[in-house]
Amino acid sequence: MSANRLVRTAGLVLVGLVLLVWSLLPLYHMLLMSITPTGNLFSGRYFPEHPTLENYATVFTQDHFFLRYFWRQLANSLFVAVVSVVAVLLIGTLASYVIGRLRPRWGNWVSNAALFTYVIPASFLAIPFYKIMSTYGLLNSLWALVFSTITFATPYAIWIFRQYADSSIPRELDEAARVDGASVVQSFTRIYLPLMAPVLIAVGTYTLLLSWNEYLYAFLLLSSEANVTLPVAMGFFLATDDSPWNLLMAVALIYAVPPAILYYAVRRYMVTGLTSGGVKG
Amino acid sequence: MADDQIERIDSARAIPYAAQPARPRLSNEMRWALILTVPYLLVFALFVIYPIGYGLYLGSNPDSYTRLFDDPIYMRTLRNTLFFVVIGVNLKMILALVLSGYFFSQRWWIAAIFLVFILPWAIPSIPTILSFRWMLNSEWGMLNSLLDDIGIGGQPWLLRPELGLGSAIVVHIWKWLPFWTLILLAGRMAIPRDIYEAAALDGASGIRGFFGITFPLLAGLYLTCTMLSTIWTLGDFNSIYLLTGGGPFDTTQVFATLSIRYAFKIGDIETGVAVALTALPLIIPIVVFLVQRLGKEETA
Repeated sequence: MSANRLVRTAGLVLVGLVLLVWSLLPLYHMLLMSITPTGNLFSGRYFPEHPTLENYATVFTQDHFFLRYFWRQLANSLFVAVVSVVAVLLIGTLASYVIGRLRPRWGNWVSNAALFTYVIPASFLAIPFYKIMSTYGLLNSLWALVFSTITFATPYAIWIFRQYADSSIPRELDEAARVDGASVVQSFTRIYLPLMAPVLIAVGTYTLLLSWNEYLYAFLLLSSEANVTLPVAMGFFLATDDSPWNLLMAVALIYAVPPAILYYAVRRYMVTGLTSGGVKG
Repeated sequence: MADDQIERIDSARAIPYAAQPARPRLSNEMRWALILTVPYLLVFALFVIYPIGYGLYLGSNPDSYTRLFDDPIYMRTLRNTLFFVVIGVNLKMILALVLSGYFFSQRWWIAAIFLVFILPWAIPSIPTILSFRWMLNSEWGMLNSLLDDIGIGGQPWLLRPELGLGSAIVVHIWKWLPFWTLILLAGRMAIPRDIYEAAALDGASGIRGFFGITFPLLAGLYLTCTMLSTIWTLGDFNSIYLLTGGGPFDTTQVFATLSIRYAFKIGDIETGVAVALTALPLIIPIVVFLVQRLGKEETA
């Protein structure tokens, strides 16, 4: 019996080790490349002979052709992410409040429209989206990218907000407020919004990650080097065969760390927020 | 709200039909409902309806389909897409189902491993796909030095079509497995404990417990997740574009990348849209299924 348990535990540990290697290998590889000095790049070893932080210094001082606009591009990514989060939370909470609380007869249509947008693949809409942004005169403007993020993140936001509100905010609460003479706007800002705080954090983080991760739309909608976001700038490195991969991996790591930290900081909200939608299926 | 309704009913009775104002006054609340929905309706009209309509218009030229079906690259892409989606989705979902059972354990160290396991999903995919790309480089990549060292011998990962597509599937699974594991794990946690206890008394545990209880209860969720994942995998542009770039010689293109290639590399927008539209027979049934299923859940 006890031998049996030992074998079982050993099996579980083994699976755990495989999962750790699987999850960490590409990230370790990124770190490894980013501390490899230039010229030592093609050694393909498991750890550089002379590890260095020089690459990070090069990135931070923009001391390379590919890195001329590093800070500007990082700021672009941040701008698009922050503006998108604010807009998605605002538009999403308003729509979910109307559908779930004011319950007009046409609410279901709005809800289905959002659901429909949620389940179509965004990349299949990229070409006409590019064309209409050109009609709107927004090509090469960061606002075009903000609008694309709003388009694809708001439906999910509305859906999650509604599920959360239906299950966690008693409707009697805003009815009581209305009886006491609160206006629609007051019951939205004073009762609905504050009680939604946990799910606002979850959806806000989700939107931020989505925007931070966007490549295709950014690459189509933005063109000048100073206007692109950092993922597009990373794509530029692939244009030549002798790209400085150690610098690219330093940029990649710098770009990957902030969202990871954010995710761990708000993890407990993410679990409730993200799964409340999927679990009941 | 109740007062309001009574008032309206009363006034409707009191005033003869002809005397009523031509347009009934919207109740204050319904006016607000409209005003507060305007931002989303604008987003939907300007950025969803308009591009879809424009896309259908761009894709309405029959010549682009003739051109497409005559192009051997398109036929190759069709096969690649099916391979990528069928293998990618099913392998990922089965692994997620199994791993959700692994992480269901109460052991502290398994909970700690989960924190690391979730990382690929939490960090942006562009940096990690690029890391994979260099790792898989046949001459200098770390994977081949590893394989050489243990005597298996390296492979030209991104230089052969099958290996390139296979690598893209691995990259896709690496990124999305944690997310689906998390969703299925939450699904398992929602199953009441006493069901298991009752089953254990009847002698159903382990494998029998899984097929007898867990799987039937998770089946609905599993199906929804698989459908959702099919759509998103079909739309996965990054895993292919940033890893193989569709190459060598366009042998690893999928619909998502081929449509962009036509539109922006060749400059033929109409054929690019046509590629996306030929996927509609696959997309529409799934979209209808999902909207119905998720919509029902919402009103429940």
